[in-house]
Amino acid sequence: MSRKQLALVIDLNICVGCHACVTSCKEWNTSGWAGPMSDTDPYGADPLGVFFNRVQTFEAGEFPLTETIHFPKSCLHCEDPPCVPVCPTGASFKREEDGIVLVDYDKCIGCKYCSWNCPYGVREFDTKQGVMKKCTLCADRIYDETLPEDRRKPACVLACPAGARMFGDISDPASEASQAIRDNAGFQIMPEMGTRPANHYLPRRKTKMVIHDDELMRADNPLLKEGELPRPQLSEPFLDDITSW
Amino acid sequence: MKPAFSVLFLTTLIGMGQGLLIALVAGQFYFVIGTGNEQDSGLFYATGSAAGLALLGLGLIASFFHLTHPERGMRSIVRWRTSWLSREVILLPACMGLAFLYGAAHWFGFAPVLITFGNQKSLDLTMAIGFLLAASCAMLFIATGMIYACVRFVKEWATPMTVINYTLMGLSSGFAAAAIVAAVENALLRDFLAGWAALFTLLAFAAKGVTLWRNKHLPAPFSLKSAIGVHHGSIRQLSQGFNCRSFNTTEFFTRISPEVKPWLIGLMLVFGFAAPSALLLAGWADRYLPALIAALPIQYVGLLTERWLFFASGQHVQNVYYQRKS
Ligand code: SF4
Ligand code: SF4
Repeated sequence: MSRKQLALVIDLNICVGCHACVTSCKEWNTSGWAGPMSDTDPYGADPLGVFFNRVQTFEAGEFPLTETIHFPKSCLHCEDPPCVPVCPTGASFKREEDGIVLVDYDKCIGCKYCSWNCPYGVREFDTKQGVMKKCTLCADRIYDETLPEDRRKPACVLACPAGARMFGDISDPASEASQAIRDNAGFQIMPEMGTRPANHYLPRRKTKMVIHDDELMRADNPLLKEGELPRPQLSEPFLDDITSW
Repeated sequence: MKPAFSVLFLTTLIGMGQGLLIALVAGQFYFVIGTGNEQDSGLFYATGSAAGLALLGLGLIASFFHLTHPERGMRSIVRWRTSWLSREVILLPACMGLAFLYGAAHWFGFAPVLITFGNQKSLDLTMAIGFLLAASCAMLFIATGMIYACVRFVKEWATPMTVINYTLMGLSSGFAAAAIVAAVENALLRDFLAGWAALFTLLAFAAKGVTLWRNKHLPAPFSLKSAIGVHHGSIRQLSQGFNCRSFNTTEFFTRISPEVKPWLIGLMLVFGFAAPSALLLAGWADRYLPALIAALPIQYVGLLTERWLFFASGQHVQNVYYQRKS
């Protein structure tokens, strides 16, 4: 774990499913130099468009004991990405310097074979440009020195109003992302697929507070009376070996 | 998975072409190791090679319809170290080039002896090209099959049976095509080719049966537990995040109604295997020409159905995330 690996850490305990990351991702990436994320029939009956990030919603349990889980999903920038070696043109690649998995739109022939080799369903084909697209971790803004330093983060991370998304180098144990994974039992999805996803999720945590009766009622007040206690006799046991009152 | 017609035609046509070319080489070799006195005419081999070349060429054209940027097609050879798709792209033109050389050498009767062995047998140029041709066609079968067999997220495909099926169906239809060429050309190889075509069709039938049985007993393709990492016994999707279509809901799904599916499987088994093997056997044993000729088009309908079902019944792991719109 020495090579740099940028990734997102998404806290499922915080995500409220507002889709702000979805819209800001689309806005940023459709306006960038890589060309639009095409939509067909966007306001019609059968719209079809490219998104890098989607928020899905799941429910666990049986009514009334149910729990709603909002689940944002984008390319996980796997450390062992099965989508990369299968690409015949080399258009799909994993960047050495920061571990981001990218598609070179100028090389892609549109065979879609990479998407078959991703178990997470996060690559989306742009039918207008005829190339495969996916999350770039905002490769075009995280290094942009014209932006103030605290803005050099993926658009989704900046947009999240609840602060459910973190971004950082998970191979650096001191990074905020690594610490969050360590301290909050961060996990990978579908670990059995052997893809070693870089993006991690933080589990839902039950924030219950246990209040015992004696915390509401004073246990050291047997007479249940408030106010000054009766003055002890000199012969009674005392508190500090010096005085009984 | 969604079947793309370009890929259905590509895989069935080149399979038949490879089988046909292997059949020609096998036939030539059969004579060479035999008495050595009999041999079919150069014209027969040249016609057969031309037919094989045409089938591979049609497949190649079909493949271009699958790409959105065919003008960049040449780029697709660069990842040959890791990508079976890349290997297929290299092997297909290699087979076509060798088929052209093989046919041309036979056409012009250009067959200088390269090596003479101790037993008075010799290896001439046409046979040598033939061996190379057969080897590259065999490798192309493996490459085509492996393109699907190595997709480990589609359990129906990720089995050696995929490669075996592609190869056997290619050999079966290819030998049947070669038998037709032999019948038209009145070649001596006709019975040899028809007999092997029938045998390969029966073998392909058996392999398909094994695969159907295997795929019926697959474990569940995915679990929501590991998909979202929530360890709960009862999880369901409430929303996939959008109300209409996306690439992920179109490319990976084909709905076949449960009433239609058995009929399609029946059509595939009868047209693809049972009927052609019976017809080929009739053409082989009784030398009944119409049966021999009818086998191939009937089988082709069956093979297209087979390929369509192959794609349509593949369940991709990613489908776990796209179960419900809202
Ligand atoms: S999530 Fe899918 S597309 Fe992204 S790196 Fe992993 S396998 Fe490739
Ligand atoms: S669609 Fe493009 S990026 Fe994907 S495998 Fe084909 S050429 Fe590579």
